[in-house]
Amino acid sequence: MEFNHIIKLKNFTTTTLLAVFLIFCSINTFAEVQLSHESDGEAASTAEEKFDPTVTILEHISDTHSWHLFGHTSIALPVILFTPNGLDIFLSSKLVNEHHQAVAYNSGKNTYLNEEEHIKILAADGEIDEEASAHLYDFSITKNVAAMFIAVITILLVFTKVASAYKTRYGKAPKGLQSFAEPFIIFVRDDIARPNIGYKYEKFMPMLLTIFFFIWFNNLLGLIPIFPGGANVTGNIAFTLVLSAIVLIIVNLNGNKYYWSHIFKPDVPFWLLPIMWIVEIIGIFSKPFALMIRLFANITAGHIIILSLVSLIFIFKSLAIAPVSVAFVLFMSVLELLVAFLQAFIFTMLTALFIGTAVEDHHH
Amino acid sequence: MVGSIAAIGAGLAVIGAGIGIGQVGGKAMEGIARQPEAASKIQTAMIIAAALIEGVALFGVVVALLGNNPA
Repeated sequence: MEFNHIIKLKNFTTTTLLAVFLIFCSINTFAEVQLSHESDGEAASTAEEKFDPTVTILEHISDTHSWHLFGHTSIALPVILFTPNGLDIFLSSKLVNEHHQAVAYNSGKNTYLNEEEHIKILAADGEIDEEASAHLYDFSITKNVAAMFIAVITILLVFTKVASAYKTRYGKAPKGLQSFAEPFIIFVRDDIARPNIGYKYEKFMPMLLTIFFFIWFNNLLGLIPIFPGGANVTGNIAFTLVLSAIVLIIVNLNGNKYYWSHIFKPDVPFWLLPIMWIVEIIGIFSKPFALMIRLFANITAGHIIILSLVSLIFIFKSLAIAPVSVAFVLFMSVLELLVAFLQAFIFTMLTALFIGTAVEDHHH
Repeated sequence: MVGSIAAIGAGLAVIGAGIGIGQVGGKAMEGIARQPEAASKIQTAMIIAAALIEGVALFGVVVALLGNNPA
């Protein structure tokens, strides 16, 4: 696959400068968060003022009910709850006071408290009502969901434009966004779908393209440290679980009789059959499970490494360590750009491979 | 104590993945050197094999992470 035209772009230097600038932004936002933590901590005991990288890192990679922008500014996101008393919708800003501490909120149906991003129902005496909280289903638009919507809108905008360009510019050379999308679409078709699925590949192209671009755009948005990005969407196990569940369903629904006969009637002595059934049925589920863990762990690991490198500044409490830290963060961010593409590629590639084994014709 | 043992577990998982991916990468290099025209096919197969090895190693790392944060 040729990417030379991307590097030879006229405004490549501008893009590089912007990328470097954005990386410095990550440091700045991080520093402001840290400052706000310190100012919060002044009132608290001295033990809490000590910087704990684990807490800070986990806070940055986890899902939240509000989207923190910088300092004391954050976007309130809608909270949607199915409770035993019915549907309840309100803004997440109701759950915090002006000092950003969690407070109880009475919606008229229930009293809620946001306990470490798990919303609980409070009983009349102010204690957490565990029984009612167990029947609380949280369908909120959290930070991850909002970031995913942004990715979906971006993908829709880009690809409706590309699709209409193919109609209006039929037979002409690609132009603009089209020249961005075309190499990747052809890459998915010629290097992923066709070699792995065979001649039946066309039916699966829309799904493979959707998976590829959805994961890739979400990975890239996760690498942007400021507002539209920054959410750890592909590093959320629920997100990867749903993607791999879709793969599981698609692969098994399209399995032909050879696929199922490999599972239930493999060429083994008859007394081995019960063991083979167990092994093969575990195999059906372990393949999408590995997809789920791979994407989740890779992206989360990347975020943790970048945040750890920034944390070094606050662990050593020294400005002298900052240039080293920034240099490593720059290096890791560039590496993560590669990983973002590679993980989208691997996920799509393995999906195509699994579909290929399910639809291939018998050849013994 | 739990945290340090979990960290040792993560380290061991990484050793396994390192050996595995090292083997895959080395053999792929050899293959490409012998037959440069097959480079793109070898690369694809190499990435798939590396991803499968990495997946198993990441199981280890995730278990180590879970062991580190009993919550």
